[in-house]
Amino acid sequence: MTTNSSVTAPTPAAAQEKGQRIHIGEWIIENLIRLAGLSTVLIVGLIFLFLVREGGPAFLDIPLRQLFGSRWYPIEGIFGLLPLLVGSLIVTVGAVVIAVPLGLICAIYLGEIAPTWQREILKPLIEMLAGIPSIVLGFLGWVVLAPLIQNAGAATGLTAFTGAIILAYMSLPTIISISEDALYAVPKEYRDGALAIGATQWQTIWRVVLPAARSGIVIAVMLGIGRAIGETMAVMMVTGNAANIPALSSGVIFQPVRTMTATIAAEMGEVAQGSLHYNTLFGIGIVLFVITFAINSLAGRIVGTRGARRTGAKL
Amino acid sequence: MSRQQINRLATALITGVAILVVVPIVLVILFVIYNGIGTISWEFISAPPTNGMREGGIWPALLGTIFLTFGTAIISFPLAIGAAIYLSEYAADNRMTRMVRLAIVNLAGIPSIVYGLFGLGAFVLFMQFGTSILAGSLTLGILTLPVVISTAEEAIASVPQQFRTVSLSLGATRWQTIRHQVLPHALPGILTGIILGLGRAAGETAPILFTVAAFYLPDLPHSIFDQTMALPYHLYVISTQVPGMPLSIQYGTALVLLLIVLSLTLSATFVRTSMRRRREW
Repeated sequence: MTTNSSVTAPTPAAAQEKGQRIHIGEWIIENLIRLAGLSTVLIVGLIFLFLVREGGPAFLDIPLRQLFGSRWYPIEGIFGLLPLLVGSLIVTVGAVVIAVPLGLICAIYLGEIAPTWQREILKPLIEMLAGIPSIVLGFLGWVVLAPLIQNAGAATGLTAFTGAIILAYMSLPTIISISEDALYAVPKEYRDGALAIGATQWQTIWRVVLPAARSGIVIAVMLGIGRAIGETMAVMMVTGNAANIPALSSGVIFQPVRTMTATIAAEMGEVAQGSLHYNTLFGIGIVLFVITFAINSLAGRIVGTRGARRTGAKL
Repeated sequence: MSRQQINRLATALITGVAILVVVPIVLVILFVIYNGIGTISWEFISAPPTNGMREGGIWPALLGTIFLTFGTAIISFPLAIGAAIYLSEYAADNRMTRMVRLAIVNLAGIPSIVYGLFGLGAFVLFMQFGTSILAGSLTLGILTLPVVISTAEEAIASVPQQFRTVSLSLGATRWQTIRHQVLPHALPGILTGIILGLGRAAGETAPILFTVAAFYLPDLPHSIFDQTMALPYHLYVISTQVPGMPLSIQYGTALVLLLIVLSLTLSATFVRTSMRRRREW
């Protein structure tokens, strides 16, 4: 009793003081951590704010009829966004048509067919593809792929098709990794059940696994589209940069186009800050922001938190 | 055709397509190495470009990319680790947390050229940093946040719950538990995230177009308020903007860039696998 009190007697004040110091330090650190978490929301807000600040005037100063017109002649002060929207659309659709079947089949191979040792080689390779800078792929498209396409009979090698091929390869890692997650999430019992009643492996994949993974595959496609529509450098180098609406014929994909992203990258360097042209380029940025925001929010809503973490990591 | 035959055919086709996807990846990398390796020399790495960039080396661009990568790390590291700790240790399952997660997904999806516009509007013009290493690092730092946050959060969340329980039961506070128990065990995973983020930053072109990259500079940058050349933009310039550019220099530049980015990506993968092997739980 006495020993006990003699030990504790001098300490309460000191302990309390020390405890308080820990308490204050802890309070500061915990709030800094919270702040870091909230800063992500703040940054998205700031990005939108600055785009609107610089790009908003374009939507106020340019008559709507001209804005949705088919002529993009900045030198004459004519800013019709339609050619750029169509350009982005053609290249993106082309890329998705190529990449989705390839990516999905590749994911099926990795998830359902490949033995473990192959998976351990193939997955890092696909991660490596995700790591190749877009400017390097653009460079190869420019010096290798474009001449090939021209030799195959196109008027020029720098076409929407060239861009679509490069973009397809760039969006493959996204599509493959998210589809593979979706396949992985299908319970093993489903496969066992199908195989047990005599289905072949292909019947199991086609009739059981794929339908069960449907929503995840839809997300993979959406994020692939988001990836393709926002790509800049490679597309700028290989699509020919013609800001006209291509003639809508069967050969539409073999004509040069200019995408929204390429327009910003190519023209921002030459405009006077504060000019209408400058505002309009930021305006295109707003359009891109809104499109990708819609795609990602929708995809994030479907998958919920677990998927949000995955997609964040993979994009 | 019997269903067994269909099965064999489908399996063969799937395997064929998988090969079709993977082989070009290897070919692309080998192709750049094959065409670029002859150009790589100590002089190519350490000398500035001469004769309108048609001769000489890439030193100013390489150094610029190194500066930018370090700048990115300084900006992105504290914020990303903080956000990752918040998400895995503090965030309750409420609206605020869902908003943070939604924000991260969206940050990951914003096109890199839009980051470039933001950097121009916010850092170059509004905060008057000018076209500078500072503005470029800030832009790239924000661009890399989602990758670093997601990877680091996964690493922190994978530390077993018992570690925290034991530490808390011994009287440690929440922060002490995180600082001395959780973070040390999550370190390799966090490191993976940071390296992946830096790999991304080193290879990006669009975000630095209007925020830092210079076409050609005779001098190296003196401070963080100077412009600098950067390797990805230099590759763009010499392959599309300079007439009569020898292909060998273009391939050499592409190879150096590819090696920097891929070695970062590969070392991230290496850290992750060796961590999984060493893990004691």
